Amino acid sequence: MLRFFLTRVGLLIPTFIGVSIVAFAFIRLLPGDPIMLLAGERGVDPARYAELQASLGFDKPLPIQYINYLKDILTGDFGTSIVTKRPVLDEFMTLFPATIELALCAIILATLVGIPAGVLAAVKRGTWLDQSVMGTALVGYSMPIFWWGLLLIILFSGILQWTPVSGRISLIYFFPPVTGFMLIDSLLSGQSGAFRSALSHLILPTIVLATIPLAVIARQTRSAMLEVLGEDYVRTARAKGLPPRRVIGLHALRNALIPVITTIGLQVGVLLAGAILTETIFSWPGIGKWMVDSVFKRDYSVVQGGLLLIAGVIMIVNLVVDLLYGLINPRIRH
Amino acid sequence: MTDTTTTPQAHTPLRRGRFAEFWYYFSQNRGAVIGLVVFSSIVFIAVFAPLIAPHSPSVQNRDAFLVPPFWQEGGSTTYLLGTDAVGRDMLSRLMYGSQFSLFIGLFVVVLSVSSGVLIGLLAGYFRGWVDTVIMRIMDVILAFPSLLLALVLVAILGPGLLNAMIAIALILQPHFVRLTRASVLTERDREYVIASRVAGARPVRLMFLTILPNCLAPLIVQATLSFSTAILDAAALGFLGMGAQPPTPEWGSMLAEAREFILRAWWVVTLPGLAILITVLAINLMGDGLRDALDPKLKKS
Repeated sequence: MLRFFLTRVGLLIPTFIGVSIVAFAFIRLLPGDPIMLLAGERGVDPARYAELQASLGFDKPLPIQYINYLKDILTGDFGTSIVTKRPVLDEFMTLFPATIELALCAIILATLVGIPAGVLAAVKRGTWLDQSVMGTALVGYSMPIFWWGLLLIILFSGILQWTPVSGRISLIYFFPPVTGFMLIDSLLSGQSGAFRSALSHLILPTIVLATIPLAVIARQTRSAMLEVLGEDYVRTARAKGLPPRRVIGLHALRNALIPVITTIGLQVGVLLAGAILTETIFSWPGIGKWMVDSVFKRDYSVVQGGLLLIAGVIMIVNLVVDLLYGLINPRIRH
Repeated sequence: MTDTTTTPQAHTPLRRGRFAEFWYYFSQNRGAVIGLVVFSSIVFIAVFAPLIAPHSPSVQNRDAFLVPPFWQEGGSTTYLLGTDAVGRDMLSRLMYGSQFSLFIGLFVVVLSVSSGVLIGLLAGYFRGWVDTVIMRIMDVILAFPSLLLALVLVAILGPGLLNAMIAIALILQPHFVRLTRASVLTERDREYVIASRVAGARPVRLMFLTILPNCLAPLIVQATLSFSTAILDAAALGFLGMGAQPPTPEWGSMLAEAREFILRAWWVVTLPGLAILITVLAINLMGDGLRDALDPKLKKS
């Protein structure tokens, strides 16, 4: 197991170096002078320019610049925002819990609805139930989620007035962040109605973000179930006279879930890509909206740092999924 | 009669047989046939948009701002699906928009398939360090959330439809590289490849004429799925303001323009998104049918 762990970690190193080269190159590939972009100043005289060049390390040859960049990253220095002048890592850490909260709720919703829907479709294969579940899943899979979010806003915030349009909590509530998760913080604050407000802000973004993973999980569960239901051990279990619910729930589902768990793990990248759109539509203060805003504000040091941090998070999550997969399925280890 | 005229005749029954078999399995899937019909209609609309669109997509009618569709109160049959905030006919803009979406899908798929297949063939055929370097680069591209990478690439290249399409082609290309490489790895040591190598075929001939035709089925399915992903991603970039720029009647940027009227005029928001959904859904339905028809494993069951 340790060897399996070490090889998987070792495989990540070249990818991480590649990702850091992309982030390093990004600022140098942008149209315009990277020094002026990073300084955020205009009309500088040559003396000031030389000073900026030296302070940013741009006067050294490219390989040295890259080594210095790697050193900075490994010591936790991801640069400073041009707009807010705060360290990029600090901003990331303040905003990341909002994205995790949204992504976690979305993946929980997608799993809780997607797996039973897939199982149901597989068990009732070929019936109208199967067809309607799979039809709905295909619509969800084909959904432009930015439009889906707008539709839900029109219906639930506009016509029915059940949910708020944007943000994480109503402005009348204020309490210092403890965990960064609004649902937990609002409970801890003890203010009446705060939790309800946080929850009502979370519902629509969660549904929107969960849509595509839900469809993928339902489709994957169905095909994994269909494969397992044809296996000999399932027939044996049936022949022994076990009740169908036990055969499906215990014998079939447990084995069908192995590929499904991998699928769920691989949805993390999809979730973060979806978070860019979902957070933009609902003005959700997470890292997706932060990246989009930074691109528009030309805060390129934030884009550079954020690119690396987000890719790093995805790589770590994929590694964890890989290791977990190795744990449940020993065949993979060899 | 020369040989050149008889050769195609000899091939025709075989070709027709394969197509008939393909069509048999494809038409078994009702969804796929519906998808094909819908997609063909969208292609028809796109091709004949200048002839069938009732109005120009860019003319602003100053006496008709935000007119609702004809079945709603205040709507008129002049503008069947209503008008947008500057009085442009929605139906005509949607019709012209289909040209953009189909072009985006086609451009992105052609670019990512051709480059992806070429790189995948090289990696799978030559193995060794070529393979390692190529696959590590693909891992790097796949390490980023696709839309984020596209957004950043467009920031480098500059906003616009062409740059958005190039960025999307780049983020979709690793899938074709991996798929081609995997098929090549299984095919390259088969007897028929070894036989033609022994017969003196050169690497280029082996790669493109001997191996590639036998790896096509998964590539066709992936290309279909990428076609719909490309349309979705381009619309998302347009929505974020980094893709097609107004006044282009591209569906994503139409949505972006309509966002501020979301609670006042449902049709300017609902219709472009519905157009995207229908197009993408039709393509995905066809993709499922293609997979069923081309995958030998599924045929047996």
